[in-house]
Amino acid sequence: MLSVTLENPAAGAPSGAVILNAGGTAEGDAVGVEPKISARGVNFYYGSKRALRDISLDFAPRMVTAIIGPSGCGKSTFIRLINRMNELVPGTRLEGEILLDGLDITGPACDAAELRKRVGMVFQKPNPFPKTIFENVAYGLEVGGLRDRLALEERVELSLRKAALWDEVKDRLRESALGLSGGQQQRLCIARCLAVEPEVILFDEPCASLDPISTAKIEELILELKRQYTIAIVTHNMQQAARVSDRTAFFLMGELIEVGPTGRIFKAPRDKRTEDYITGRFG
Amino acid sequence: MTKRDLFQKAGFAMLGLCMAANVVFLGAILWFIASRGLPAISWEFLTAAPRDAMTAGGIAPAILGTLYLTLGAVAVALPLGVACAVYLTEYSPKGWAVNLIRISVNNLAGVPSVVFGLFGLAVFVKGAGFGVSILSGSLTLGMLTLPLIISASQEALVAVPQSVREASLALGASRWETIRKVVLPAALPGILTGVILSVGRAAGETAPILFTAAAFYLKGYPDSIFSEVMALPYHIYALMTEGTHPEAQTRIAYGSSLVLLALVLAMSMLAIYIRQRQRRSYHA
Repeated sequence: MLSVTLENPAAGAPSGAVILNAGGTAEGDAVGVEPKISARGVNFYYGSKRALRDISLDFAPRMVTAIIGPSGCGKSTFIRLINRMNELVPGTRLEGEILLDGLDITGPACDAAELRKRVGMVFQKPNPFPKTIFENVAYGLEVGGLRDRLALEERVELSLRKAALWDEVKDRLRESALGLSGGQQQRLCIARCLAVEPEVILFDEPCASLDPISTAKIEELILELKRQYTIAIVTHNMQQAARVSDRTAFFLMGELIEVGPTGRIFKAPRDKRTEDYITGRFG
Repeated sequence: MTKRDLFQKAGFAMLGLCMAANVVFLGAILWFIASRGLPAISWEFLTAAPRDAMTAGGIAPAILGTLYLTLGAVAVALPLGVACAVYLTEYSPKGWAVNLIRISVNNLAGVPSVVFGLFGLAVFVKGAGFGVSILSGSLTLGMLTLPLIISASQEALVAVPQSVREASLALGASRWETIRKVVLPAALPGILTGVILSVGRAAGETAPILFTAAAFYLKGYPDSIFSEVMALPYHIYALMTEGTHPEAQTRIAYGSSLVLLALVLAMSMLAIYIRQRQRRSYHA
């Protein structure tokens, strides 16, 4: 059950809850600090279908920003713009700009492969390579040109430790990653992503296919990782958003309805639609 | 027993019968070849060259020739076929052109092998001037087995989940690195299935090498890729059609058939072994 209560059911009316970010989405999305990532007026099209409508959203450094919303609302599409994964889909078009440390990443001037080394991604279903555990974690490093065996081993161990997986796999690094449980596979994917030393990590519903215990481990890990990384997490699970995120953005049918501190969004949503969604009236 | 049960029982009985028929045919062929071929097999048969107008001696040059031609065909078809499959599945934009190529490749598999033989004669033997040689034969057999390799490779590549490609790209790998380091290794067992089929096909074909590589009778062994060779299928054909001493030569023909079967089996086993090892290291 959702453990938040609505102090003020009247949509739009300010409540007594802590409001760090006064105002709705209209004035953009000031987070108080220089944002790590900043989307400005983003529209996105699959063919002629408009999947995102005029999204402006900031991601503060070393914070977890959750994106919630019903299926098909565009939340995955949106975070896949940040590491340019949508480019792989033919017939798509992007308008607006997305800034990483103030520099636009959407244009041809930005190399997608270089960008993806700075912006890592963990996917909905664990997708380890059909290789050994070691090779999985070392992959990004080898692609990046690291050849030295010792350095590789060090970085692999460090990454596995950061992903809280080292103790479980240290004696089976040469075994196939596909022999791990789903939860372990997902932590391996996180370790693989950490090995490249990104600045931002995008989580696209990382617990969608995991059991509650594995989910708890991943959430713990996300809270640990935010001390060092800027994190965006797309989730269906509102409790998850409430547990792990500092700020929450609510998407509906390709639009950003509301964004703010997670506590405020859940306690005192300003938009009727946000309230309906988090109280389970639809979605 | 209801009518449905009865139909089900009858259905399964029919299927079982068909299966049994297959086993019987296969067993009959093996038994037939083995029982007639085994008496001919000896150490000399496997290691010596034919002598006395091919009525005695061994078939070593033909064994070696078939090995060369088969390996040559795989060496031609594997890189070409895999490259073609990678291009079609990973790079080319989807559309009518790709579909047309796909259909053409499948049709190529249906072209009679003697047509490949004529093509090889015109293009490799005469056109390129390679003469009747291992090279011409390998190229011709390679063309013949290309469709098998391409379709097996395509299937194997398509079966590699998109999520694994995304994982690689998301780590900053290029598309080429993704294909080389992730997609191809994952598809290798399927590609090797194509190789197994090709080996059997290439080793057994007579018509494509008839004009391009095979010699009726050679005393010695080939010394370069431009040499003619003896080959088992053609040797069998020659013994049975143009032999002058039917009794002795029929015996040798059956012995050669048995050796050819064993050779194809051995090469397939090798490929299966490599495939199993790959599967074990890559798929849990």
